[in-house]
Amino acid sequence: MKLRTTRFGEIEVADDKIINFPEGLLGFADKKRYTILSGDEDSLFKWLQCIDDGALAFITIEPDIFMEKYSLDLSDTDVAALSIETPSDVHIITLVTVPADPSKLSSNLQGPIVINHRKKLGKQVISTHPDHKLRYFLMNNDKEEEC
Amino acid sequence: MLVLTRKLNQSIMIGDEIEIKIIDIKQGQVKIGVVAPRNVKVHRSEVYEEIQRENILAAKAPSTNDLSNLNNIFKGNLKKK
Repeated sequence: MKLRTTRFGEIEVADDKIINFPEGLLGFADKKRYTILSGDEDSLFKWLQCIDDGALAFITIEPDIFMEKYSLDLSDTDVAALSIETPSDVHIITLVTVPADPSKLSSNLQGPIVINHRKKLGKQVISTHPDHKLRYFLMNNDKEEEC
Repeated sequence: MLVLTRKLNQSIMIGDEIEIKIIDIKQGQVKIGVVAPRNVKVHRSEVYEEIQRENILAAKAPSTNDLSNLNNIFKGNLKKK
């Protein structure tokens, strides 16, 4: 399908690249379809582009890029909502906040995006792990901040 | 919403496996203990609002398709834990 976006102009999105978010994202409950745009092969950051709203896109990063031994406990509800059958179904990305001060670039580990890449389903879940901060600062020169 | 009144040390059962207990009451604050199976998430309800606000901030991502700037600046600087 063709999609008009504000950042990339008109792009082509294959049907098998559409991820359905039955609950949308928190704060964007009515936007249900997204696709991941990779950019360069070696880019650490990828775009989560909304299909229902061409102006809406998020920068994302996989948490194990910057956190060794990253792990996420999924509740039974989350597993059922995503029709997860095995751990290999699961792909996790986090939303990146790019503030005016670039040294405060952060990843939202408290509300990670869990994707079942086989079923093309996605959901923003809530992690109760104490290390999974709402704003996990990605830059080396920052202390982690309690939020 | 079901509203129940409890005194200190009394508790409420939700389903067969979740218990909410009043541990302490003082200065307008109630300390609540929760017993729940490991795979039931328990969190303060403000968390939903906080994540919602953070999502809205994150959605103000740069209006440029060029991530190479971000990658260049931050690849060398990313914390490794």
